[in-house]
Amino acid sequence: MSETEQKPAVPAQAPAPAVEAVSEREPLLEVDNVTLRFGGVVALNQVDFTLYKGEILGLIGPNGAGKTTCFNAMTGIYQPTEGEIRFRGQKISGKKRHQITRMGMARTFQNIRLFPEMTAQENVLVGADAHHKTSVISALLRLPRHWREEREGREKAERLLEFVGIRHRMHEFARNLSYGEQRRLEIARALATDPVLLCLDEPAAGFNPAEKEELLQLIRQIRDTGVTVLLIEHDMRLVMGVTDRIVVLEFGKKIAEGLPGEVREDPKVIAAYLGVPDDAA
Amino acid sequence: MTTTVNGPSPEQREAFTTRLRHGREAISERWHHAPRWVRWALLAAVIVFFYALPNKEFYQYLGPIPTPGANFTQVLFTVSIYVLMAVGLNIVVGFAGLLDLGYFGFFAVGAYTVAVLTSPSSDIKTLWPWLVVVPIAIALTMVSGVMLGTPTLRLRGDYLALVTLGFAEMIRIAAVSSEFLKGQRGFNQIPHPPGQYADGRPVFGVLDARPYYWLVLTLIILVVIGVRNLTHSRVGRAWISIREDEDAAQLMGVPTFKFKLWAFAAGAAIAGLAGALFAGKQNFVNSQNFELLNSIIILAAVIFGGSGNIVGAIVGGGLVAYMIERFRGIELFGIELYEFRFLFFGVVLVVMMIFRPQGLIPNRRRAAEFKDRRKEVTVGE
Ligand SMILES: Nc1ncnc2c1ncn2[C@@H]1O[C@H](COP(=O)(O)OP(=O)(O)OP(=O)(O)O)[C@@H](O)[C@H]1O
Ligand SMILES: [Mg+2]
Repeated sequence: MSETEQKPAVPAQAPAPAVEAVSEREPLLEVDNVTLRFGGVVALNQVDFTLYKGEILGLIGPNGAGKTTCFNAMTGIYQPTEGEIRFRGQKISGKKRHQITRMGMARTFQNIRLFPEMTAQENVLVGADAHHKTSVISALLRLPRHWREEREGREKAERLLEFVGIRHRMHEFARNLSYGEQRRLEIARALATDPVLLCLDEPAAGFNPAEKEELLQLIRQIRDTGVTVLLIEHDMRLVMGVTDRIVVLEFGKKIAEGLPGEVREDPKVIAAYLGVPDDAA
Repeated sequence: MTTTVNGPSPEQREAFTTRLRHGREAISERWHHAPRWVRWALLAAVIVFFYALPNKEFYQYLGPIPTPGANFTQVLFTVSIYVLMAVGLNIVVGFAGLLDLGYFGFFAVGAYTVAVLTSPSSDIKTLWPWLVVVPIAIALTMVSGVMLGTPTLRLRGDYLALVTLGFAEMIRIAAVSSEFLKGQRGFNQIPHPPGQYADGRPVFGVLDARPYYWLVLTLIILVVIGVRNLTHSRVGRAWISIREDEDAAQLMGVPTFKFKLWAFAAGAAIAGLAGALFAGKQNFVNSQNFELLNSIIILAAVIFGGSGNIVGAIVGGGLVAYMIERFRGIELFGIELYEFRFLFFGVVLVVMMIFRPQGLIPNRRRAAEFKDRRKEVTVGE
């Protein structure tokens, strides 16, 4: 009797304009004045940005700018020297890597890091296991929970492999997949952890234009399922085409932030990408 | 960088391994494509064979297989203990990829727990029956595994190898020199497992080793079923992912420390069980039973058989332990071949590392990994 729909599928009133929505959006990830040093190298220098729920944020910058380091700090691989990172309102520091993943942050790697001697399906299953509760005892005795989660995991893996377009390669060892298939498998594996935030580190590296276009579609579809996306990408056209906002890093510093159109016109960004020395800019 | 060792050329090696691989793949293909009932029938036949093996009426027809220099039934018992341990160590080394050099230390913990709690020569004269003490032995071994693993499994790399090596040596030294563990004098009159025949004779006596062998064989079957259940589940996936790429595993939500600790504890429990069985059969435990070399033999057996594969571990453990015993009573230039057993294994392992680093019956995954590694070495920088 209390089955009344609270939210109709189609809102009665016209939806609020997107621009207005941005300011009201809920922050998902806050990078708060983060500095990270490796001995003498300052890989991140007081980097400061916020990622809002539901958007696709591009993180760009020349080689060695600190993009991957930023991912590593977010996912708990490195501890910031100064500053802090908050995810869903909670501090990241002090959390174990697998806990951060379970909180809903998933990532792919710039240099593909699959489990090469596991099949594509098993790779995705490892991701799905992040939320499974089968204990060693229930696995040992094959208790009902084991069977239930195993079946669920397999179905989820098939669904995700279908989604990224490599379902037909399900039983192939990851190492035998083509480069493009491996990149897709990494995305499927990350999605299997049920992320709120998906971080993609140069997912289109080494792709031809047609493959890039497909990937673009895929990223949009992921966002449409309600996942927020943080995208590192070198290809400016791809970044401009898919992101809602862009943060630009250079030598570990944030040099610009804004809508794709604004960032593209920013003289500092142009200088950074063209390699113009600072004083000439 | 190129290798400077004068071995077979890469082409020769490739040809050799390809031939071997084709042979194995043909067998494994057939196995996987055989109807279910054929597989079950074959498995049943193998199991029946091993249950029948210790009977003289049966093994006398097996030509050179029975050992000339030792009672064959006794040998079979020893071999079965090694097989059990190889299955246990394979979890740690083969699946989780943790190098444990002191696995025999856990065997010693199991055997000494039984000895201390049951023997009349022990200082604490509990004199509990064997069957009651076995679960205690297994539990204590697991605890020692967890205690050893908790500080070390957080670290990466070679620490674990060093610490486990130290652990086994510590246990051995404690056995030799501590008053409580009785050194060379050891513990005697350790009770046998329970059971009587209709005429009142004990099933597990001193003269007939067959019941002990059958007991261990049965336990091996149960343990293998358990290990298989684990490796075909979330747990096994976690272990393999840790072995393949520990960082990536953590970032995909695998609590790696917890699962490494479980691998360690499970391996330890199996070694503890083996130790308890050994003590119950032997009736006597002293410090000479636990040489460091035994740890190395089991590790060699797992690698020899093909780590990461349960059948490989069984075959490896069985072959290695059997060959050692087979050398007894064979003389070459007036010296018993048994004296050369470790030299022989050294040679076999070196040859294996050259031609077949993935082991006799490798896991398909591991085979591929080793192939990659070789590529890395030959391509170099
Ligand atoms: N573990 C480390 N130890 C020392 N220095 C490091 C480490 N990781 C990264 N760096 C340095 O930090 C800087 C930023 O590197 P990072 O990999 O984050 O760059 P990037 O923006 O991802 O570049 P690319 O586009 O090439 O992937 C570089 O100068 C790099 O050499
Ligand atoms: Mg990078």
